[in-house]
Amino acid sequence: MSDELIQRVRNVIASTQRIPIENVTIDSSFQELGIDSMDGVNILFALENEFNITIPDEAAKQIRNVRQMMEGVERLIAGGAADTAAVTS
Amino acid sequence: MHRVAVTGIGVICALGRITEEFGRALREGRPGINPIRSADVSTLRFQNGAEVPAYDHRPYFDDKHADFIDRFAQFAVIGAREATQDAGIEWTPQLRENAAIITGSCVGGQSTEDAGFVNVYKLGMNRVHPLTIPKTMANAGASHISMEFGITGPSYTISTACSSASHAIGQAFWMVRSGMAPLAITGGSEAPFSFGILKAWEALRVVSPDTCRPFSKDRSGMVLGEGAGILVLEPFEAARARGAQIHAEIVGFGMSSDASHITQPSADGAARAMRASLCDAHIMPEAVSYINAHGTGTQANDPTETAAIRTVFGAHAGKLAVSSTKSMHGHALGAAGALEAVAAILALRDGFLPPTANFNQPDPECDLDVVPNVSRQADFEYAMSNSFAFGGLNAVLAFRRA
Repeated sequence: MSDELIQRVRNVIASTQRIPIENVTIDSSFQELGIDSMDGVNILFALENEFNITIPDEAAKQIRNVRQMMEGVERLIAGGAADTAAVTS
Repeated sequence: MHRVAVTGIGVICALGRITEEFGRALREGRPGINPIRSADVSTLRFQNGAEVPAYDHRPYFDDKHADFIDRFAQFAVIGAREATQDAGIEWTPQLRENAAIITGSCVGGQSTEDAGFVNVYKLGMNRVHPLTIPKTMANAGASHISMEFGITGPSYTISTACSSASHAIGQAFWMVRSGMAPLAITGGSEAPFSFGILKAWEALRVVSPDTCRPFSKDRSGMVLGEGAGILVLEPFEAARARGAQIHAEIVGFGMSSDASHITQPSADGAARAMRASLCDAHIMPEAVSYINAHGTGTQANDPTETAAIRTVFGAHAGKLAVSSTKSMHGHALGAAGALEAVAAILALRDGFLPPTANFNQPDPECDLDVVPNVSRQADFEYAMSNSFAFGGLNAVLAFRRA
């Protein structure tokens, strides 16, 4: 996972949850950050905008912590790039 | 059956952010109508509205809290905070469990919805904010009040256009009167200043290009307003026993529907609601001294309301003072009935008649004493507040000096 991706996800979580970015680490649980289910949905929305991705409902349901969120975003970006590659080739 | 006391009042609107400021503006006959700032109105046929000046959520809600609450529901909570503090309620577990919350709102959080729809329809984005639904729902005001104070009793919202708050207050009044609830927080809130909503109002051709001049021959329509009015109602004897201040008593509530036209008002429907309110209050028409009129300043409403008042009050209509405070706080739709109930209550309590501001020229079709432009000192016992909604749904409250 690139540092840039980690930084961008941390930033989205901190700004959406309105907490200091220092509090958000890759190992933070949602519980530690005070993220309830509605907050989680807000963060997914912000991540979709930040990375121009669409997070499917099934994937969204399984995310429990910051690491899973970052890994999910990474997969979707890679998948999107592969799709684009498939279309253009 | 209990008598019902108003023990707490909260107001936020174009005329002020607390009840005292609101009352002062009413006394001074000072309108809060100014160029609209919350939306770009350069392509609209009207540019003026009665907004809460320079409103920002920050003195009232931290950013995270505000993210979850549309402006209309913020106003409801702000009003409820002032009203409950004013009432000096001593919350007990039992009271929290049984108190009722009944709010009114016409458009709810449509401004939030409007912003979301701009994203998908105009900006071509594929998603709207996840809080669009919980911020838009008209009951959000009641819900946030319940969470703010931990009230777990019956809570709901009434949406009857411009009568919403009057229907809500009337329902709360009946619940306290019957003993169903030991205390009720009630009123209405609205925040309709977003482009899509303003465009819809423009299309109806009822909004004034300059200002609101109810009952004046040169009236040119309504002016939209926003804000909240919230009351705390308690059984009169219990309020007195705990030494609470009593601003006024609610004594009557009457409702009717025109069953005639979706926008054209009917004098018959309005008259039946006023009669029902007098009947509910067990008072004769001659007992009433002041009516806070629906008085929108449209061509249709004002003569129709005048005719309805003449029908109900007969010769006594000539002795009534009838003013429209919408000339100052604008037409706040689902909050209108609450702001106007507060105006009537303050008039009774403080002994004055709020004026109809911006009045230029008498209209033979509106030949009542409309208290033009300047308030008057007056001690009186009974006041009424009229609300006549689009859709022909009418609600009239009657108040008595405490």
